[in-house]
Amino acid sequence: MSLEVMPKDKVIALSGNPNVGKSTVFNSLTGLNQHTGNWPGKTVANAKGNFSHNNKSFILVDLPGTYSLLANSVEEEVARDFICFGKHDAIVVVVDATCLERNLNLVMQILEVTNRVIICVNLLDEAKKKKIRIDLIKLQDLLGVPVVGTSARSQKGLNHLLDKIYEVSYDFKQFHPCRVKYDDVIEQAIAMLEPVIDGVYDNKQPARYLSIRLLDGDTSFSYIKEYSCIKNQLDKATALLRSHGITSQIYKDKIASAIVIQAEKIYKSSVTLENISYNSFDRRLDKILTSKLTGIPIMVLLLGVIFWITITGANYPSEVLSAFLFWIENKLLIFFDYINAPLWLKGVTVSGMYRTLAWVVSVMLPPMAIFFPLFTLLEDFGYLPRIAFNMDNYFKSASAHGKQSLTMCMGFGCNACGVIGCRIIDSPRERLIAILTNNFVPCNGRFPLLISVITMFFVKISPFRSVISTLILTGFILLSIIMTLIVSKLLSKTILKGVPSTFALELPPYRCPQFGKVIIRSVFDRTLFVLKRAVIVAIPSGIIIWLMANIKILDISILKYCSDFLGPFATLIGLDGIILMAFILGFPANEIVIPIVIMSYLCTGNITEFDSLEKLKTLLINNGWTWLTAICTMILSLFHFPCATTCWTIKKETGSLKWTLISIFLPTAIGIILCFAITTIARFFNMV
Amino acid sequence: MLLSLNQLPIGEKAQVLLLALDGTNRRRMLDLGLIEGTCVEALQKSPSGDPTAYFIRGTVIALRKEDTQKIIVQY
Repeated sequence: MSLEVMPKDKVIALSGNPNVGKSTVFNSLTGLNQHTGNWPGKTVANAKGNFSHNNKSFILVDLPGTYSLLANSVEEEVARDFICFGKHDAIVVVVDATCLERNLNLVMQILEVTNRVIICVNLLDEAKKKKIRIDLIKLQDLLGVPVVGTSARSQKGLNHLLDKIYEVSYDFKQFHPCRVKYDDVIEQAIAMLEPVIDGVYDNKQPARYLSIRLLDGDTSFSYIKEYSCIKNQLDKATALLRSHGITSQIYKDKIASAIVIQAEKIYKSSVTLENISYNSFDRRLDKILTSKLTGIPIMVLLLGVIFWITITGANYPSEVLSAFLFWIENKLLIFFDYINAPLWLKGVTVSGMYRTLAWVVSVMLPPMAIFFPLFTLLEDFGYLPRIAFNMDNYFKSASAHGKQSLTMCMGFGCNACGVIGCRIIDSPRERLIAILTNNFVPCNGRFPLLISVITMFFVKISPFRSVISTLILTGFILLSIIMTLIVSKLLSKTILKGVPSTFALELPPYRCPQFGKVIIRSVFDRTLFVLKRAVIVAIPSGIIIWLMANIKILDISILKYCSDFLGPFATLIGLDGIILMAFILGFPANEIVIPIVIMSYLCTGNITEFDSLEKLKTLLINNGWTWLTAICTMILSLFHFPCATTCWTIKKETGSLKWTLISIFLPTAIGIILCFAITTIARFFNMV
Repeated sequence: MLLSLNQLPIGEKAQVLLLALDGTNRRRMLDLGLIEGTCVEALQKSPSGDPTAYFIRGTVIALRKEDTQKIIVQY
């Protein structure tokens, strides 16, 4: 990772286990809105921000959450490399006060690398609720580095943290951190190697840590062995270990055990549990949310309730919004007539650009503004890891990783984020499966299409309208999940053969979501972000569509040529040329598929006013839509090539054109085959 | 009594005796703090019976049967 740093800036790295409130600390210090959630693996790409304290400026780098520096996964590797070799002036290790013991494991490993460490014991408020008492002074004495208690969510203790960051990074005090003491023979071997590394690197590298890793046979540091003096000494030290019966495996065990035991010792002497059954509430809740009887039904129900609230809640604002936006359109038209603007200018700006924009905004904004906050609340509460726990067995039978359900959940928001999120999966094979199948769950750009088509074609107006829409939508989502599993299975039986690797999923403590903050944050961070992207794409597409519909060659518009060209194939899979073209033009962003369809129909017909779904339905039916067209459009929306951003992300994450092409081909082929099958059956039985 | 961890009844505690795993898989388990003598409590099975959630060193961790049957515990 490259950092642009002014010489006087101090670089502070923020590290810690996943899900300890690291992102909250980051946001509180820098004022940036890094998205936070209560599940392991949230920081998927490194974020950095600035803050100043005592008139000095600092750069804060948020590292991915890791349990250790052993580099089991891509995320851990990123964090380890930055901690070991990045140019930083101090490391803040954020630890969770409610499960300190596990967190101390990482602390002990970081203290092996550097002296400039500040321990931030976060979530003190949660610990207090659970009557977990932490003696921070004792902890500081035992660890030998500054320890600060914080409750970052309510901004408590952050000033103290800033003071300590300032002190440590400007070297006001020298610290002597506690080091893990290993077996005598191992210490001897380390002592043989350490001075040689220090000599070669002029004390600029964490020699003790590197010695331990080299003796472990860690291949990521093998470049150090290129120095023959280090290599020779390493061979001698290894021979010493072997002569005392310490084989490679025994060595690894002893190193790991020494760290764990040290962490346990420090934990036991600084933490008192005043209530032994402090987590009984979490256990009782888990009994309900993940039990055999109620686990899965509650999960489907929750999903359904979220969709129901989204559909019902979005109806009214959508109508108001579109009425308002089309009122503006009329005014714009009047204005253009008033200034005697040429017809083509009026067409491009109003009928092309503005109208597409209005559609995207009125169709997308309300459902997103409702869906995102609801989903974020569940996330904040800590429910998502429970989904992964409930679903893991299905993923196992598809030879995939249980954490794939977490990346799927991210995909509901945005597939590109989901693809990056796959970094939390440590086995490369299973990570690739998760990346390739992420696009099978619909992202927020595709929900509006599904919702509006369902509402128009499958639900009669009745008091139960939104309930029935919800049921159908939930059905489609379940279909996409089942398809994810089938394709995962298929991949692991063919091009990605292998057996599942070990799987360990943390189920973090439940936390009361911060309603106000969640709502504000998700509206501003996510909703407006996605909307902005859609708008950026919608404006040029609106212009292109209008031009295609209005530029004529031999009296036939370009749009007609294109849709006629795609027509025969589109008819085979139950669509028409325009819909297929809309999917292709929607490659930059899925959100604009439906607006393009509408625009194209509008350009060819004479109807101009559309302020409700009913009128939209009339337009579609006039253009030959049947229930079959609706179903095939929805199926193809679920299963087609990922959007441009996602493709680019897949290329970046896999580093391979081959896998990117497969990720494009796979869902498209499945979508086309499904649509073809449904269409053929429907036509064979004369159902249309 | 010696058991593999997956046989430990729900609600019961046991101590880790040895890990019959090697390589990366062994390292991942050690990383969780599953060293010899560590106390583990079986909390709950997932709806389909696997994985199972365990209480390990103050944290709840779900592990699959494939891994837990290679962890021998003293019950």
